[in-house]
Amino acid sequence: MLKLTNLHKIFNYGKVNENYVLKDINLEVPTGDFITIIGSNGAGKSTLLNLVAGTFFPEAGTVEINGHDVTAWPVHKRAHLVGRVFQDPLQGTAAEMTIEENLSLAVKRGKGRGLRLGLNKNRRAEFKRLLALLELGLEDRLEYPVKLLSGGQRQALTLLMATMGQPQILLLDEYTAALDPKTAIQIVEITKRIVAQHKLTVLMVTHDLKQALAMGNRTVMMDRGKIILDLKGPERENITVRDLLAKFTARSGRELTDDRILLHG
Amino acid sequence: MWLNILQGTIEQGLIFGLLAMGVYLPFRILDFSDLTVEGSFPLGAAVSAVLIINGMNPFLATFIAMLTGVVAGMITGIINTKLKITGLLAGILTMTSLYSINLRIMGRSNIPLLRETTILTVIKGWGLPERYLALIVFTLIVLLIKLLLDYFLYTEIGMALRATGDSPVMIESLGGNTDHIKILGLGLANGLVALSGALACQYQGFADVGMGIGMIVIGLASVIIGEVVIRTSKICFATFGVIIGSIIYRLAIAIALQLGFAPTDLKIVTAILVILALGAPSLRNFMIQDEFAERLMERSASDAQTN
Ligand SMILES: Nc1ncnc2c1ncn2[C@@H]1O[C@H](COP(=O)(O)OP(=O)(O)OP(=O)(O)O)[C@@H](O)[C@H]1O
Ligand SMILES: [Mg+2]
Repeated sequence: MLKLTNLHKIFNYGKVNENYVLKDINLEVPTGDFITIIGSNGAGKSTLLNLVAGTFFPEAGTVEINGHDVTAWPVHKRAHLVGRVFQDPLQGTAAEMTIEENLSLAVKRGKGRGLRLGLNKNRRAEFKRLLALLELGLEDRLEYPVKLLSGGQRQALTLLMATMGQPQILLLDEYTAALDPKTAIQIVEITKRIVAQHKLTVLMVTHDLKQALAMGNRTVMMDRGKIILDLKGPERENITVRDLLAKFTARSGRELTDDRILLHG
Repeated sequence: MWLNILQGTIEQGLIFGLLAMGVYLPFRILDFSDLTVEGSFPLGAAVSAVLIINGMNPFLATFIAMLTGVVAGMITGIINTKLKITGLLAGILTMTSLYSINLRIMGRSNIPLLRETTILTVIKGWGLPERYLALIVFTLIVLLIKLLLDYFLYTEIGMALRATGDSPVMIESLGGNTDHIKILGLGLANGLVALSGALACQYQGFADVGMGIGMIVIGLASVIIGEVVIRTSKICFATFGVIIGSIIYRLAIAIALQLGFAPTDLKIVTAILVILALGAPSLRNFMIQDEFAERLMERSASDAQTN
């Protein structure tokens, strides 16, 4: 269960370039909810995810995860609760390290790290099994440095790592945007499988409106720092992209503007 | 005579191989340009020299010297991570403070160790042939440290350390505290550097407050030479490369001296070597751009003719 209460985020507070990015965000996310987040450029979607991850701290309001007030916890302290896949495939993995070394870092998510070797026979066998589930052939390349992988392979690996070590919440910020359409579909399929398997609570930012409706059980629409629509249950069933756009215009008083938006005609 | 020079050069290369590992760790693994080295090297020498002339067991003295290096490195790490002062400046601040501290520890700018009991004189007493004593001792020490460092970099903490230099965002999202990891890494690195300083002063027979000057560049030169000789991303080969690089560097310096270079000119020779090696990719780009610009000019000239 994730609970955001009266969250405000202001960048450069009190300076000339002050930027009020999130204005009184309230959101309750029961365990197992899969929320897709859409909205115009600069609406504050990434910032919202960053507040959940602990990358930034809010100027006011609280972030609660499973009843813990984690508002002041830095990223590393929240790591046992939150897994994350970044938009940039380069960010989620260590390029110079091998696939198995990267995975060994994820196994210890949020746990104490010691002077034991990071890899052993059991762990390798487990990694092979997990990688095989991705169906990308990575299980035969445990000792490859990650920098030799394609963007899609890296993103799949990051996804696997983001869900290892039992986090409760998975944050996905346009994580297929840098991939070609075919690879993106592949990654989405893998995501659905892993999310179902671990019963994760998901926040996913996407610019693909069709995907926003096809995935998950709830869609949140943001505009200029506010949540303007929270679609779930019967209201969300059978809704079309056209309806979604109409709702956006009705609520925000303007057209959805986004340089990367995908409307699918 | 040649063989003597060669042996002496290798012995020096081994001692400075520890320094080079202490430079490799922050610069190549942590992605942190750590200048503390210039202060922690003479710190190791100062502490061990003072403890030895006061009669302490030289092994214990050397170990304590190493620990003081660890503390120095950790201080740089704390200045950087907790006070948010850039890594470069944090290192300079520690290094500058260490100059005063080293003088305080030593009480004067130079301490001779000629007739003192050092690690080497103790081991000589165990019956090793004097001729190869330093060579054998330093080879063993350097190999031991190399193996320990390799092992460490494959442990859970060691891997988190490598990830901190590679992708800090990622290791944080997996629960690694990059601040603590950096402090630890800088501590270890400067421990190695101080050990190198402690051994260097016992080998050469004196500690001098100015013996740290230029150590960064020497360490970097060794690391770069090692990377050229042994091209690999595997840690155990890379650390071996660093040691080999240090030995090759010492050989190059010995040759330069034999060729008649003044010892005082060697620092600029080393610096230029490092500039060329680190700048090679950019220099290549400039040349490509020049070539491209020339071709464009030629093309526009010929276009002008045809029109
Ligand atoms: N670290 C930061 N410092 C200052 N301002 C920031 C920072 N990060 C984001 N912002 C500002 O916050 C606003 C919201 O940015 P955010 O990235 O959350 O938008 P977004 O909804 O994810 O947009 P997009 O669809 O373009 O990704 C923008 O005006 C941005 O410039
Ligand atoms: Mg964004």
